[in-house]
Amino acid sequence: MKNNNLSVLFKGILKENPVFVLVLGTCPTLATTTNVVGAFGMGIAALAVLLCSNILISLLRKIIPDSVRIPCYIVIIAGFVTMVEMLVHAYFPKLYEMLGVYLALITVNCIILGRAEMFASKNSVFRSALDGIGMGLGFTLALVAMATVREVFGNASFAGIAIPFFEPYKIEVLTKAPGGMLVYGLLIALVFALTHGKAPVKKSFVCEGCPHVEHCRTGCLSEAAVAEEGGAQ
Amino acid sequence: MELFKSLIVILLSSVLVNNYVLSRFLGICPFLGVSKKLDQATGMGIAVTAVMLLATAVTWPIQKLLLEKIGLGYMQTIVFILVIAALVQMLELLLKKTSPSLHKGLGVYLPLITTNCAVLGVAINNINDGYDFLQSMVSALGVGLGFLLAMVLFSGLRARIDETNIPKPFRGLAITLIAASFISLAFMGFAGIVDTLFA
Repeated sequence: MKNNNLSVLFKGILKENPVFVLVLGTCPTLATTTNVVGAFGMGIAALAVLLCSNILISLLRKIIPDSVRIPCYIVIIAGFVTMVEMLVHAYFPKLYEMLGVYLALITVNCIILGRAEMFASKNSVFRSALDGIGMGLGFTLALVAMATVREVFGNASFAGIAIPFFEPYKIEVLTKAPGGMLVYGLLIALVFALTHGKAPVKKSFVCEGCPHVEHCRTGCLSEAAVAEEGGAQ
Repeated sequence: MELFKSLIVILLSSVLVNNYVLSRFLGICPFLGVSKKLDQATGMGIAVTAVMLLATAVTWPIQKLLLEKIGLGYMQTIVFILVIAALVQMLELLLKKTSPSLHKGLGVYLPLITTNCAVLGVAINNINDGYDFLQSMVSALGVGLGFLLAMVLFSGLRARIDETNIPKPFRGLAITLIAASFISLAFMGFAGIVDTLFA
């Protein structure tokens, strides 16, 4: 059992890394990795939301009716996002400026809703908390890794500290939008090459790849739920 | 005339310069996922544009006339996401009842839009940028059209990628992202074009 719990914690970091393997939450991954500080802040903010929402959703898993669970999850997540947003605004105003709208957009981050649906709604509070920490750390690590590549090669600095002698060789486009996609694509290919394709490769992504697609299509957001809702109204 | 100019600037800059997908990274998921075929890409683009317009038309008054009046501006995120989710569901119901053919064409994309960060993003950004109602609507239209443009362009590119022989590690998502990066690079050329338009 102990081993089992450990694997819950660690699978998010490598085997099921939300960014490079599950390919969830691409928007913040691309947008906030122009420098290491922003990426780390984003990762920790997402970790906090993920941990809190996983715990609360796991606590409420027997209370929330199945048919309205997705809206419930979204409200819970949005609540925690608002709290994190206000805390960051109060204590880290610089980070708040840097992340801007992406902080509020943690609400619609696939990772958080995906973990709520896939894990927290089916597991005990303790295991859900572990899963939240693992996935959050995996997300943070991936963001920091990507930001390191982009900041070191694109801006010749690390976490805001300039690297000597590197200045003339920096590739500025890496810190811009196209560089983000390029680095992300290269890193995904690298992870694939390093794992020799053992990591679960997704043929297609987004809807097909999204962990809550089955529920998304057949559950809350589908015809059945719409019909139900129509009936209720 | 001055008003007209400012609206044109907002429209063009949100379509070309600040394209949400290619330079602000919002709505990447549908951009990568539903851009395989041209008809799907077009359908998704139109659906997103419609939802963005609708969402802005509803969330802007809510923020300005309700939340800010009673000092609940910080409830923005929660209220907006709920309003958007409800709107999308209602739109789907409405389309199903009134126009089954349109529902068949666009309806399938609607559930995917609820958690599309571009829709929430445009609603929040319009408030943050201090746009008035008309400017917000134009900006929403521009963002939607920009999304449609990016989707259509990218679906053409992906059709070509499918026919080429790609090294194994790059197959799938990796090459898609790299291709997207080139389109994004091309769009960087638009930077500054709007500022000089009326200069």
